[in-house]
Amino acid sequence: MAESGVTDGLCNTDDIERSKTEGKELTKEEKQRLRKEKKQQKKNKEKNDEKTSHEGEKKKNKKKKEEQPAGSASQPPAQPSPKAVPAPAPPPPAAAAVPVPASEAPAPADKPAKSKADLKAERRARQEAERASKGKKGDVGQPAPTGKLKAPPSELQPVVKRLPEHVQVDNPEVVKKLAKKLERQQTPGCNAAENVKIPLRSDYGYKVSLFSHLHQYSRKAPLTQQLGIPSTVIHPAIVRLGLQYSQGIVAGSNARSVALLHAFQQVIRDYTTPPNEELSRDLVNKLKPYISFLNQCRPLSASMGNAIKYIKKEISNIPSQCKEEEAKIKLLNCIERYINEKIVLAAKAIAKYSIEKISDGDVILVYGCSSLVNHILCEAFEKKRKFRVIVVDSRPRLEGREALRRLVQKGISCTYVLISAVSYILPEVSKVFLGAHALLANGYVMSRVGTSQIALVAKAFNVPVLVCCETYKFCERVQTDSFVSNELDDPDDLIVTRKGKTQLEHWQKVPSLGLLNLVYDVTPPDFVDLVITDLGMIPCTSVPVVLRVKNVDQ
Amino acid sequence: MELQAVLMAAGGGSRMPDLTYNTPKPMLPVGNKPLMWHPLNLLERVGFEEVIVITTKEVQKMMSTDPKMKDVKMKLDVVCIQEDGDMGTADALRHIQQKIKTDVLVVSCDLITDVALHEVVDLFRAHNATLAMLMSKAHDFTETVPGQKGKKKTGEQRDFVGVDQSGKRLLFMANEADLEDGLSIRKSIMRKHPRMHIKTGLVDAHLYCLKKAVVDFLADNKSISSIRGELLPYLVRKQFSKTTNCPKSKDDADDQTQKTADGSTNSTELLICSRDEPLLQLAQERSCWNDHRGDMSEAYHGGKLRCYVHIMDQGLCYRVNTLAAYIEANRLASKLLEEPAVHPSAVISERCQMGPDSIIGAQCQVADKTSIKRSTIGNSTTVKEKVKVTNSIIMHGVTIEEGCNIHGCVICSNAVIGRGADLKYCLVGNGQQIEAEGKHRLVSRF
Repeated sequence: MAESGVTDGLCNTDDIERSKTEGKELTKEEKQRLRKEKKQQKKNKEKNDEKTSHEGEKKKNKKKKEEQPAGSASQPPAQPSPKAVPAPAPPPPAAAAVPVPASEAPAPADKPAKSKADLKAERRARQEAERASKGKKGDVGQPAPTGKLKAPPSELQPVVKRLPEHVQVDNPEVVKKLAKKLERQQTPGCNAAENVKIPLRSDYGYKVSLFSHLHQYSRKAPLTQQLGIPSTVIHPAIVRLGLQYSQGIVAGSNARSVALLHAFQQVIRDYTTPPNEELSRDLVNKLKPYISFLNQCRPLSASMGNAIKYIKKEISNIPSQCKEEEAKIKLLNCIERYINEKIVLAAKAIAKYSIEKISDGDVILVYGCSSLVNHILCEAFEKKRKFRVIVVDSRPRLEGREALRRLVQKGISCTYVLISAVSYILPEVSKVFLGAHALLANGYVMSRVGTSQIALVAKAFNVPVLVCCETYKFCERVQTDSFVSNELDDPDDLIVTRKGKTQLEHWQKVPSLGLLNLVYDVTPPDFVDLVITDLGMIPCTSVPVVLRVKNVDQ
Repeated sequence: MELQAVLMAAGGGSRMPDLTYNTPKPMLPVGNKPLMWHPLNLLERVGFEEVIVITTKEVQKMMSTDPKMKDVKMKLDVVCIQEDGDMGTADALRHIQQKIKTDVLVVSCDLITDVALHEVVDLFRAHNATLAMLMSKAHDFTETVPGQKGKKKTGEQRDFVGVDQSGKRLLFMANEADLEDGLSIRKSIMRKHPRMHIKTGLVDAHLYCLKKAVVDFLADNKSISSIRGELLPYLVRKQFSKTTNCPKSKDDADDQTQKTADGSTNSTELLICSRDEPLLQLAQERSCWNDHRGDMSEAYHGGKLRCYVHIMDQGLCYRVNTLAAYIEANRLASKLLEEPAVHPSAVISERCQMGPDSIIGAQCQVADKTSIKRSTIGNSTTVKEKVKVTNSIIMHGVTIEEGCNIHGCVICSNAVIGRGADLKYCLVGNGQQIEAEGKHRLVSRF
């Protein structure tokens, strides 16, 4: 890792400040330059010595988020920096002596005694020399941060934030880089020769311009087309899982997480540590290409992301003197415990809390098929509460039919409507129970598309909206609209054949027509009255508190 | 490892005795490559590295000498069995049970296809199926078959295949020979799948993905000897049998003590069913997906044994088990192979007219003023002047003297066609000699 990064680190900060004050757009050239500088630093190791101590500090704060193996010991006490994409502005005028913004260094307490001005001058001189020598090279942007935003809620990072790379689909360079990264994902160590090549799944169809930064795949072109058939590169359990994700056989946040952990159990069972490698580091590296593969099959959900983080942490916490068999058993037990605590027991706890909120004579409205809400309603019915349910459904997934089936099978009396009838049916409703895909750090609820609509109409009718969500789905991401980060499903799902006629059959040929099949949307906390979690019933705005408590626990 | 490939190359070729009495079926040349090269090529292209080949000693000997087989880069684990023909495909699988460590992909040596194999295997993977197979719409062979007078009567009996609404799940499979009075479908199947499409014009490609538990099941049930004839209908029927659908609670111990009517213990049936581990069960419960709608049952109707089929409607899929299929396959072989149609070592004179559909083998010699159209010429064949060859298959080492006119024939290895012979739709056996100036129509010569 570049230890002499503080040079550029601080300079970058200067530039960031400059660009921000000048309101400049960070150009491609700037990004390239920065990347080259970083590469240069990696070679200039001799500059490390004097600056090691505080450099490490500063560098981590400024360094762009790269994929760090969880076992990387260099996690600073300060939190890792968020996705900052600083870039050098055009050759800084000598007069610009922008002070290092203290905001970039969230741990000012550890700043060294050395004079900042001296360091800055040295750095600037070096950079000028480098820039003069280098020409502009072509292309691929800088190694950019990955998807997971790790900024803890307690820290405010005023740095210009860019979209994570896996999301920037409309930028061809980014796509190329992603392809390269997928190719490069390899098992390090003695098996460096084997490149675990994850094929890149290509996008399908015309994308509506607002969502052109997202991937849109076709279900008829599975990723397995490009893999060899007895899949040796990727564990067969993971291939099976990826297929099940992309075909929608395993759908729903909880189901996906459970299936993912089950597949990881199989991977761990079949894993053997190569010689001269440590399980704690090698296994994590083995999991990386699998996770990329699954991401290509279907973008990871927040719950899956949290599960993966947990697994990686557990793996990297395995002491090195632990024998392989013991380590494996320990990991398998960890997974079982995680599922048991976070999903099964959490569902029981949430059901217990929710039953208090369901009174006799209630008319409960549910939307789509949420495993948790179904569980709650079935439990309440078993506890002899008298209520009836209105199931609201929407195209193209029509998941409400499955919810309807499960509820009716239990004996609950249900009504079924489509979402277009929601304002008609709401006067009858006494409560709305919604499931969530994730709860964001600013209190927004990310759920199936249509949920925010239901919440809005319910608010208009003054009907209480209760969101049920386990704490493992709480996510540190923040978004206030459904555009910036979403999932695009196969647009061909919207095509329907009635009486033998398929009107949209040749939609690709019509140049001005685009089919958009969104999967998620975000509901603002103003429309949600209560969130029922396994920790209790909290208001929507308390989500950051829960996250902070969780982080402290871990 | 995910899948092990097994190539069944011990079949006798009983439906084309004319060709196979001398050369065993797996080594018959199609497009100048041995017949078994084609499925091996398919497996190699898809990414297999090892194949278990079940064959006879004769074929193994021929394999080791054939140069084309050396092109196959995969590791071939050849298992020899007796040639007496009593061993069915299921018996062969039982024979190699020790080598099978994971799920198997069974391919027949006479399959020539360009199917995207991932379609079949994806069904197998995604639905955790016990069986996934490949079928294709049958093509009518319109060319006249040499050596046979008159239209060939479809002596083969039809296969009735029932699939569900999506066309993927296999619900019913029976051969006409087994149905005496008529086709009867159980009510339990109709209740679960009210819409069934029954198709008769399908060719079974004999490509099956089977779970390892099925191979273990075969080891216990020695009465099943053929995969296609007995095992498959059994599995398809078992999907809907009551025992497999009863919820499996905890102990296998309880079930092992029971015996069902057909003598096999419940434990073996339990083995075939995709035993869902508790986590998978949990995932399936929480998942909001169902493979059917309209009734109250969960996904797959709670059935643990599932059979799937992928029906190809486009693309090539031939089973070379009859003479007509053999000829058709030869004609299409040039499309399948990526190699140039004319082997570089063949000596072809300039004044020869060669159609684009023709394949010339290695070390051939084609003299002047010959015309070769839509034909396959094998290795080391000599074609002298003024010969017209159309729509024919000429195997290796054949000598064709001047002035011959060969149309729609199959000429086996090392035959000699005398000067000026005129052959139409004839079948000439190995090493035969057709006399000069002979005129033959629709004759088989051995």
